[in-house]
Amino acid sequence: MAGQNRNQTDALDRLNDRSNPRPRIAVHKFSSCDGCQLAFINAGEALLELAQLVDIVHFAEAGPMDPEAAVDLAFVEGSISTPDEAERIRKVRASSRYLVSLGACATSGGLQALRNFNDDGAKGWTEAIYAQPAFIDSLDTATPVAEHVKVDLELWGCPVNARQVFQALRQLLFGVAPVVDKDKLCVECKRQQHVCVLVAKGEPCMGPVTHTGCGALCPAFGRDCYACFGPAENPNTAALARRFEGLGLMPEAVARRFHFINSHAPAFRSEWLAWKQGS
Amino acid sequence: MDSLGGLPFVGMETSASFLPRESLDTLLEAIRREGYSRVLGPVVRHGAITYTGITSSDDLPKGLRDRQAPGHYRLEPEEGERSFAWANGPQALKPLTFAPRETLWRCELDDNGRLSFLDSALTPTPTAVIGIRACDLAALKIQERHFLKPPYPDPHYAARRESLFLVAVHCSHPADTCFCASTGDGPRAEAGYDLAMSELDHGFVLVAGTDRGRAVLALLNLSPASPDECAQADDEIEAAASAQTRSLPDRNLKDALYARLEHPHWDQVGRRCLSCGNCTAVCPTCFCHAEQDEPALAGSSSEHLRQWDSCFTAVHSYMGHFLVREETRLRYRQWLTHKLASWHEQYGRSGCVGCGRCIAWCPVGIDITAEVSALLESGDAQS
Repeated sequence: MAGQNRNQTDALDRLNDRSNPRPRIAVHKFSSCDGCQLAFINAGEALLELAQLVDIVHFAEAGPMDPEAAVDLAFVEGSISTPDEAERIRKVRASSRYLVSLGACATSGGLQALRNFNDDGAKGWTEAIYAQPAFIDSLDTATPVAEHVKVDLELWGCPVNARQVFQALRQLLFGVAPVVDKDKLCVECKRQQHVCVLVAKGEPCMGPVTHTGCGALCPAFGRDCYACFGPAENPNTAALARRFEGLGLMPEAVARRFHFINSHAPAFRSEWLAWKQGS
Repeated sequence: MDSLGGLPFVGMETSASFLPRESLDTLLEAIRREGYSRVLGPVVRHGAITYTGITSSDDLPKGLRDRQAPGHYRLEPEEGERSFAWANGPQALKPLTFAPRETLWRCELDDNGRLSFLDSALTPTPTAVIGIRACDLAALKIQERHFLKPPYPDPHYAARRESLFLVAVHCSHPADTCFCASTGDGPRAEAGYDLAMSELDHGFVLVAGTDRGRAVLALLNLSPASPDECAQADDEIEAAASAQTRSLPDRNLKDALYARLEHPHWDQVGRRCLSCGNCTAVCPTCFCHAEQDEPALAGSSSEHLRQWDSCFTAVHSYMGHFLVREETRLRYRQWLTHKLASWHEQYGRSGCVGCGRCIAWCPVGIDITAEVSALLESGDAQS
């Protein structure tokens, strides 16, 4: 934890050591659905307010295009899935003082990281899906940004939560390290007075191992969390998986609970492997 | 507060009234006429008993009871027309007095660079809660001791508590997870209510505990409860006590638990525990909270929030750049030894009222009574 703080401080020092009071910001897209960028675009008035505080120099989805511009703060959406992206992320890192991975794809590899578990990488799926697979130039793996370059702040979620993104941004504008709540989803779910779907309905809810941040959206509608925010701190995936088995899930179904949007995250990957082998 | 209803009904016939079942709405109406414009009662929501706004007795559950076990809660049909033939749901009074999230104050920066701090005004709607259990009232008393302790009583807590009119219903249908008889907190509501009732098949035996309660009763013009009705109400409460199979030792466990801080059983629990905080969220006495500031994007104002926290989170033990309790076994140990040991030093009693919520609502079914037995069964100390 101390080492992590040291890294955060270095990145913050770089961000704060700029001549312009209005930071220059870029939003970059890699392999993703663009949904996390919508956290900015859907923000409405807050986006106009943001435009008063920063210079948005690159944000293809919203208009401004200058992908190679040097910026103070870069938000990166998407996983690294192609040779071109592996090259491009290094350039983005080199031209950014502070880099934030935005959402599940950038932070854990995302849904497309499911291919990381194939023996033949992307090949079989590419051939099954595309009419002209020869034109597809994919890496065998889809990996998080942090496996390629140093990431200064990780924001989880599929998609990210706009409130969380703007809170982190505000703290960075103040020049302080953003505090990201890594508690289990249950803590927020119970603040909102939702009835536990695991206890009252026997649903295999992932809330007890999942990183908070969404506002407990799924349990609010009586359905089980599917861990789109990735693993929380100190996740006891083994105990929860045993409980799912107790609820009547077959080992393969238990494994699948961990093998979805954040399958490449180590805590989920190891639990999937444990149950997949048992099936 | 006086509390005649803390005693058995038998012998108290002159003060106990009888409210026929078909007249339950007249009680709700009388409560509203006394100024409690919001009335909350047990309502089935998402498969559990939850305290929700009601407009008439039709909103109450009928012919339902709860089946509870470690990590398990289900509502099932029950013979008869009773509305309170269940033990409890995941929450009762705690969220009404200790808000899960609230703004304590705001800070604003004006054009001259001056900061001003503004109180967050709180004027809670006068609220009546129907169907509160003895364990919930015992927990309320504990939380009052915490939040209202001089010289710095919590004004938000005080305002919310003062706005409540509480109608207790003595428990006649404990769940398998209940153990209030062993902690001395139920199943009879002893104090802290405005009105207390026992539900019988054909109606309710009713007593007032406060002047506010007596004012409501005066509007109803009820007949006295008969000796038979009083005896049946007492019998049902006694049966509810003897039906309980779980228990905690009825003594101060401080020395016994402190002597077992390195007991291997903490590791055993740590392997099962999800450190998800569900036990602390549903516990009616847990009061830990975290405070944080949420600045508006413009950077010229900020809200200071208080929200429920849990000793099972990492940040709860974060200080000086390290976590005091990184491992799950230490988080569970902190919770249990606070609840059952150091609580005695702070508040003069244990922090457990025997409601059993932490057992039922633990996603993996960890049972506080079983863990305590396992810890006490062996170990170095003779306590």
